[in-house]
Amino acid sequence: MIDLGWNALVPLPVVLPLVGAGITIAAQGHQRLQRAVTVSVLAAVLGVSAALVYGADHVGPLSVDVGGWRAPLGIVLVVDRLSSLMLLVSATITLGVLLYSIGQGRASGDTDESDGGSPLPVFHPTMLVLSAGVSNTFIAGDLFNLYVGFEILLFASFVLLTLGGTAARVRAGVSYVVVSILSSSVFLSAIALIYAATGTVNMAQLAGRLDALPHGTRLTLHLMLLLGFAVKAAVFPMSGWLPDSYPTAPAPVTAVFAGLLTKVGVYAIIRTQTLLFPGGQLTDLLLVASLATLVVGILGAVAQDDIKRMLSFTLVSHIGYMTFGIALGTTTGLSAAIYYVAHHIIIQTTLFLVAGLIERQAGSTSIRELGGLAKVAPVLGLLFFVPAMNLAGIPPLSGFLGKVGLIQAGADVGTPLAYVLIAGSVVTSLLTLYAMSRVWGRAFWQATPAVYRDDPGAAIEIEGDTGVTVLAGPPPRGMTVPTAGLVLVSLALTVVGGPLFALTGRAAHDLVARTPYVSSVLPGGTP
Amino acid sequence: MTPNLVLAVLVGVLFATGVYLLLARSITRALIGLLLMGNGSNILFLVASGRAGRAPIVTGHDSSGMSDPLPQAMVLTAIVITLGMTAFLLAMAHRSWQLERSDVVRDDPEDVEILRRAEADDLSDSDFVGDDLDEGTAP
Repeated sequence: MIDLGWNALVPLPVVLPLVGAGITIAAQGHQRLQRAVTVSVLAAVLGVSAALVYGADHVGPLSVDVGGWRAPLGIVLVVDRLSSLMLLVSATITLGVLLYSIGQGRASGDTDESDGGSPLPVFHPTMLVLSAGVSNTFIAGDLFNLYVGFEILLFASFVLLTLGGTAARVRAGVSYVVVSILSSSVFLSAIALIYAATGTVNMAQLAGRLDALPHGTRLTLHLMLLLGFAVKAAVFPMSGWLPDSYPTAPAPVTAVFAGLLTKVGVYAIIRTQTLLFPGGQLTDLLLVASLATLVVGILGAVAQDDIKRMLSFTLVSHIGYMTFGIALGTTTGLSAAIYYVAHHIIIQTTLFLVAGLIERQAGSTSIRELGGLAKVAPVLGLLFFVPAMNLAGIPPLSGFLGKVGLIQAGADVGTPLAYVLIAGSVVTSLLTLYAMSRVWGRAFWQATPAVYRDDPGAAIEIEGDTGVTVLAGPPPRGMTVPTAGLVLVSLALTVVGGPLFALTGRAAHDLVARTPYVSSVLPGGTP
Repeated sequence: MTPNLVLAVLVGVLFATGVYLLLARSITRALIGLLLMGNGSNILFLVASGRAGRAPIVTGHDSSGMSDPLPQAMVLTAIVITLGMTAFLLAMAHRSWQLERSDVVRDDPEDVEILRRAEADDLSDSDFVGDDLDEGTAP
């Protein structure tokens, strides 16, 4: 019998942020209260998620029938090892980004009393709703609840992406909104067809019923689900929207998007490939898509002048690593993919935050206009260098561990296509190193541009998040400390690499076995 | 289960017109396209719920001939979400009109710039043709 105490924690990562969002909306104009509520709610979510990781690992998958309606009729929330780990990582970076945005605070030059420590007073409630939506997708036990979770986080992201409503953000926002809604309608149609074919949307029950379907029907449903999720995860050729829309948003927003939104899609792909459609009927397709994502993404990154855009392209590219591990479908492949997801969420968020620091320091993120930063701001140099090398996969950082895990898993499978993927992974890793060292060389090592040379303390005017012009200069400590904290977390992924790989291994084992998840949701067996 | 042919054809028509409108650059047209596709998915749920029957209110013991209530609950949720999406996109179309007197989505300026440099064979920013870099000045 599962201890009730653990199960009671399951809905909290969704409930707490939603309650917090309500309070922060009511508290508009009380900046301190808003900040205190948001930070304490996110810290509480972090604590709950850490407890859930322990609980799911030691007790087994935890599930709650919402409102007392038994599964499969009612809505069920499930936290297994994979979900709990995703919750923990997402809570960590959301808290980090929020602290960063508070640190950015008044420096935006906004004279309005109620700016909420960020571009606009809607920022805090919207971030909390986003966090609730992300948590909801991770713990959803049925497809329709997963869809609702996607919509919650998407709508919050629409608001965050178009903060301030400047021309550039409206332009970027439109393509983002349209693509997101399109992928949601594909997903919704897939749910309707799955319901027509099986008569249920409960994932544990679907696990049994989908197996019994005729091959053609099964393939159609599988393809539709994958298509919807691949757009969200930005898998090539459905990745064009991402570099187009992310870079225009404020730094904290881009950072949290880069960390979480695509990974939600990756999480959904993991569930599709393991729980709903095991057996690898689309392995080859997914492997080819992964290869294309890796190579096309990184070639895009190499061509960019703007650091934020370059990072957006590396984000797309590295999604290919995760889908590579998922496509292999073996325990080792999934284990490495989960580790890579955790690593990538943290590292990509950190890099976008650093890009925000660079913009703050020098007034631009274009490497044509930057230079001499290593001299002007050595701490900033360190904060960029460590995650940049981590992303490229320099040992002993976590990016290296994840890539080695994936390459080993690929070699274990040993098909020709798997070896092609291994080659693609290595090339991508090298090109990432090239793209990163290009930024390093230009922005940090190259001679100082004229503005700085003539007057070392020269202030450049930049346009703040609200369109108000502020002076560029050293970022406040409130921004650098959270960034440094996330850099330390990324280093900790190396330090705890052994236990963490053991945990992801157990998570992958559960995913492949399917029974722990199914028997937790439906203790009486599949009806 | 035998699907209803009329509804199935209607779903197809809604999706086809929706996709056509979605390809337009005007925000308003794309919005109408998304609305049509949303209605297409909603009707797909009705197809999935099978033959229409009595109202699914359990008063006695007889549940035969009732409609399946679950897809209708899902359609209701989807309609609410579509409503929110419509409001947001209309607001964006309005904002775009305020800013630029047009609701047509333009190309990404960075993409245009990279394309222009590629076509003009402009290598001034390359890492490999950088004499000015050797002199220690900004390019």
